[in-house]
Amino acid sequence: MTEERLLLSGDDAVALAALHAGVRLGTGYPGTPSTEILETFDRLGGHAQWAPNEKVALEVGIGSAFAGARTLVTMKHVGLNVAADALFTATYTDVDGGLVIVSADDPGMASSQNEQDNRHFARAAGAPMLEPVNSQQAYDYTWLALEIGERWKIPVILRLTTRVCHAKTLVQPRAVEQRRSLEDHEALPEHDQTAQRFRRDIPARVMIPAFAKPAHHRLRQKLAEIAAWNEAEGPVQEYGSEASDHVGDHVSDHVSDQLSDQLSDQGGIQATDKIGNRPRVRNNEIKPKLGIIATGVAAMHAREAAPDARQLTFGLSYPLPLERIRAFAAQVERLLVIEEGDPVLVDDLNAAGIKAEGKPMRYRFGELNVERVRRIIAGDDSPEPAPAKGKPPELCQGCSHRAVFEALRDLDCIVSGDIGCYTLGVLPPFSAMDTCVCMGASIGVGLGMRHALPEAEARRVVSVIGDSTFVHSGLTGLAEMVYNPPPTGHLVLILDNGTTAMTGQQEHPGTGRSLDHSPTHQLDFAGIGQAMGVQSVVQIDGSDKSVSLEERIATQLARNETALFILRQPCVLAAPKIRLYEKAASEERARQCAARPEV
Amino acid sequence: MITNIVIAGLGGQGVVKASDILADAALAAGFDVKKSELHGMSQRGGSVTSDVRYGHPEHSPVLSPMVPPGEAHVLLVLEPTQVEVARPLLHPDGLLIGPELIEPSALKNKKSFNVAMLGALSTALEIGELYWQQAIQANLAEKLHALNAQAFALGRARGPSRRAVVFDHS
Repeated sequence: MTEERLLLSGDDAVALAALHAGVRLGTGYPGTPSTEILETFDRLGGHAQWAPNEKVALEVGIGSAFAGARTLVTMKHVGLNVAADALFTATYTDVDGGLVIVSADDPGMASSQNEQDNRHFARAAGAPMLEPVNSQQAYDYTWLALEIGERWKIPVILRLTTRVCHAKTLVQPRAVEQRRSLEDHEALPEHDQTAQRFRRDIPARVMIPAFAKPAHHRLRQKLAEIAAWNEAEGPVQEYGSEASDHVGDHVSDHVSDQLSDQLSDQGGIQATDKIGNRPRVRNNEIKPKLGIIATGVAAMHAREAAPDARQLTFGLSYPLPLERIRAFAAQVERLLVIEEGDPVLVDDLNAAGIKAEGKPMRYRFGELNVERVRRIIAGDDSPEPAPAKGKPPELCQGCSHRAVFEALRDLDCIVSGDIGCYTLGVLPPFSAMDTCVCMGASIGVGLGMRHALPEAEARRVVSVIGDSTFVHSGLTGLAEMVYNPPPTGHLVLILDNGTTAMTGQQEHPGTGRSLDHSPTHQLDFAGIGQAMGVQSVVQIDGSDKSVSLEERIATQLARNETALFILRQPCVLAAPKIRLYEKAASEERARQCAARPEV
Repeated sequence: MITNIVIAGLGGQGVVKASDILADAALAAGFDVKKSELHGMSQRGGSVTSDVRYGHPEHSPVLSPMVPPGEAHVLLVLEPTQVEVARPLLHPDGLLIGPELIEPSALKNKKSFNVAMLGALSTALEIGELYWQQAIQANLAEKLHALNAQAFALGRARGPSRRAVVFDHS
């Protein structure tokens, strides 16, 4: 540990740890609440890149780890669904470099289409899972994930949730001498990059049945060993007993000195009045010897809600340290599991014969907080006060999507929508979206409706998809459209605003710029449509008002053609930045031309 | 004792920037600090709140990063329509600092309204002015420092000048 104390989000803490640990490649796809990890990794000097989608990101990550490099792959919870095909077999393989897969879950759906609990993935894919409670642990467990991963040659999932990703808490990074930095890593003779050779290991990496059968046995053996390690020396914190180990909330003397000085200067917080205690839970008021098992940010809520209860919190939540839990359970009369989301832990404990109490169903929905944990502890299943209704989000003033949804509304189209800012087209005054399921679904769902509806209805169906989402999961939908065209044809609108807007304006393969906004090859959506054989491919500049969008769409819907309209107009939030990136790129080109010797 | 502050407003008003400044100021003053808010969809012009909690690093370190509903000691609201939306977050005896305190026309640039509101908030908290000034400079581009120092001073002159009452969680 260093004296350095930083107030960091969990996302930034992961990025800093990745840098300190010598991660050679960070890749992923933007998704709240994970997006900032790779942006920060890049800003700190790491090699970070956006992939077209999470599956490709994980595949690139697997290759990088096969090649022996420490690797970070980031995504939101639903992104892991896309990457699951790679994940479920990657766990059978031997990875040489540490491979950390960040799954950033969004309980409560602050900005997601579902609140799936990705702890299930650890169990289903056989991937060890670490769950930090705060930014310090996000930093520490990024290191630990790499170390576990390299010891057992297995990909490790680092599961964050919104309140770990975006809450800022204090972090003390490892001292420089405790880090194995990128430079150190590469300075070692065995990591001399020019001398680095591919280590061939066919049975460990070619998953045909003959090799995958023993590989599955090896995976279960690895998990058994990791479970034994977790029992013996895994990251576990116990509170409220004599053996308390207050890991995770460090205290610096330096800071308390500063505080004392300040309190004497300013009267101090001790002098302030005390106004009524909030209803609180003391374990001796409810039932003696309450023991709480909690992981992730819920562990912090629980410690605050029941400061006198005994609590066991473990960082490696799969495979579980069941014997440590069993020993803890034997010391308490009431064992309560405080977990956000699905009843994963409580079911695991009960299946292992450890009698544990879960939470009433109502607390499965949404995030937990201190108040909800107090209610769970008190066994209070009464209806909760409804949260205040705030102002819902809306499409920005001047947003290019507005004109599109006005046209679709006025034409009374059946709109098969997708994931992005433009999903806000479902809200008044547009109310112009009829479906939204997952990334890329607009095209397949639209085609399905076209096939099933009678002709007059089918003709009203339009698929609407953003540029980043089209690259992510729309290409195969387009192949489906030309391969199995409905009798009435179909119309796909790409709302190309030149950025991944919803998540904070990230680049993607359609923008022609890399994660760091430097120029790279740009996908040509019109060329893709033509090459696939879409019958009508039209590029429309948003500023071109010569023919109204409504008229263009109406004309196309009357034809029995497959059609792709690419509506191009930059996102109003991103446009000033895009102009700066383009200016920088053209200046760089001019500089390079000037520097080129004349021939 | 933990001090709980909730800043409320609409996406684009600088709620998150204001809470970053507050958290940095509290940290510089020697407190243990946590802050939390939701990003993403909620920031497309919708309601936004950000929670900042701080306490003595030894006697009352902050545990949960979220202020429990109804337990904010101070609620700082940047947008008139959000006062009633956010009010349930405030303790019945807590201090509400609403946007009517500062006339935007009194500011050289309306974008510094959030910093002016922090100036008002500063009169209710036990964080020295120097720490606030450092935090403002650390969170804003240099060309904006003078403008925001003025906004902060304006808010500080109009602040409630009564310390927020801090109830005991322990």
